[in-house]
Amino acid sequence: MNLPQRIAQWWVHGQTWPGASWTRRLLVVVALALLPFLLEAVAGRAWVRIADIALIYAMLAVGLNLVVGFAGLLDLGYVAFFAVGAYAYGLLASPQFGIHASFLLLLPLGAIAAACFGVLLGAPTLKLRGDYLAIVTLGFGEIIRIFLNNLNQPVNITNGPQGVTLIDPLLLGSFSFGKPHSMLGVTVAPVHAYFYLLVCMVALSMLVARRLQNSRIGRAWAAIREDETAARAMGIDTRNLKLLAFALGATFGGVAGGLFAAVQGFVSPESFTLQESVMILCMVVLGGMGHVAGVVLGAIVLTALPEALRVVGPLQKAAFGHVWIDPADLRMMLFGLALIVMMRWRPAGMWPAPGWARRTPSAVGSKPQVAARGRDDAP
Amino acid sequence: MTLLEARGIAKRFGGVNALDGVSLAIGKGQIYGLIGPNGAGKTTFFNCLTGLYRHDAGRFWLDGVELDTRSPDRVVKSGIARTFQNIRLFAGLSVLENVMVGRHARSGVGALGAVLDTRAFRAEETAVRARALELLGYVGLQARRDEPARNLPYGDQRRLEIARALATDPRLLALDEPAAGMNATETAVLRTLLERIRADGVTLLLIEHDVKLVMGLCDRVAVLDFGQLVIEGEPDTVRRDPAVIAAYLGATVGDAP
Repeated sequence: MNLPQRIAQWWVHGQTWPGASWTRRLLVVVALALLPFLLEAVAGRAWVRIADIALIYAMLAVGLNLVVGFAGLLDLGYVAFFAVGAYAYGLLASPQFGIHASFLLLLPLGAIAAACFGVLLGAPTLKLRGDYLAIVTLGFGEIIRIFLNNLNQPVNITNGPQGVTLIDPLLLGSFSFGKPHSMLGVTVAPVHAYFYLLVCMVALSMLVARRLQNSRIGRAWAAIREDETAARAMGIDTRNLKLLAFALGATFGGVAGGLFAAVQGFVSPESFTLQESVMILCMVVLGGMGHVAGVVLGAIVLTALPEALRVVGPLQKAAFGHVWIDPADLRMMLFGLALIVMMRWRPAGMWPAPGWARRTPSAVGSKPQVAARGRDDAP
Repeated sequence: MTLLEARGIAKRFGGVNALDGVSLAIGKGQIYGLIGPNGAGKTTFFNCLTGLYRHDAGRFWLDGVELDTRSPDRVVKSGIARTFQNIRLFAGLSVLENVMVGRHARSGVGALGAVLDTRAFRAEETAVRARALELLGYVGLQARRDEPARNLPYGDQRRLEIARALATDPRLLALDEPAAGMNATETAVLRTLLERIRADGVTLLLIEHDVKLVMGLCDRVAVLDFGQLVIEGEPDTVRRDPAVIAAYLGATVGDAP
């Protein structure tokens, strides 16, 4: 099979890329190792940074997919857990309180804090489904952000809208991610080092998510997603399993938040708006809800696309000698258009799970008969 | 030997007494029929028994032990499984996955075991899969195991629902109108299956409207009307009872205006 055929196969049938092997895995590792240098050479260091951010979003998408894709619980406040993780790291590794705790301590701490918030959100929403659940989670996300925004008085905890600054870069043993390193004659800049760390974290997240999916727990989540009453009648404790989905999903968010704080060196409530929650949900839905690799692809595409569309400004200048449409506006328009096109013609996402025709996403509307297109020959 | 005993089960919805002190006893190894006109409270009784509703009064005993009906999963763990009047399969999951979900209450490895891919996790997955396949063979659906449940024809969906319920290792299997909407051939297949399940030691409680099936299959029959037990006994006795005829036909001819 030649390459275009393979791509067509993958696109139409939503199958795994054909021909998995150790050679291929090795190639992937080598490609990922070279990628930041390639990006820097071709597009500049800014793009390595964008890649870092894309990887953080990928972790978030994998985490949200646990809740929305696996268990079918529509969560519009997911960014709150990201915020909890980011602030947990930011407050305890910065001059804010003069505490500079170790990353190895703070990352689990942020994860646990986020998981607790996950349960806190999950508990009152156990009996809610669909739209009602979405509204409560949306409110929860806003509450967290508003708290972060206002907890600068009477006692200054979060430094309010100014955010927490001068957050410590990651320190693993004696290796600081905050300054460049020379290794084998190659200079590894902080953005590069973070890139490698984040790639490992995303890979780990994907592994954890896939193992969960193919387990007793993942099956129980799928049962809850498909028919909650029947799931209960099959002996599934839906209360505990929903709380578990919220807690585990939140854990991913918390870890991603900690990494985000370290990479940026700065956190403020502005990074955790409703728009961010919606964006992460878009990554999950557009990527392929319920498919771990798909949502990672969704995260990368949706992070890179708006950045890539920045060129429309200079392009207009070159073509017409004048910028007719503000690049920012055009980006949002094209982005919106991409969403509409995808949802109309490919509702199961860019890279749906193999056998996706039968996975009805029940949390976000998409008709199975539409999704069934081209899957008749599935084994 | 009594397997299930219900005593004084009552359930009110607002001003309606859906169940008004129903008491009955089901013997081990019996096929027990629960019949009655629409709205008599049969499904309400099922929902109370399986923990989907919380009854207002009364208690259940399963094999002499009081049944904890506070949540459906506890009931399943005690050994009661059910099917639904309007089939409730996990439509998007495969036939095999549907049955594997049924093993949930009889397996125990949690999230951590799955993430770490422990030996216990793998062994349990293998066992769950094997048992599910065995049950699919039992109801004759092994060939369709990888198809989405929603693609099955109606009769197969009913049988899949039974296989899924059997996966919980029940002592009592409660079937809510298993023959509803089936043609004569499908009903005959179902009847053979139910008799085989009974022969394998599972007690059956079924709600059914198909009188021929109930009278031919059941060892004992209870008739509900307006939430009350009208009569309980052998099918032949029940069939001739004037109160049963009245319940089904509305009233005796003499009462007509």
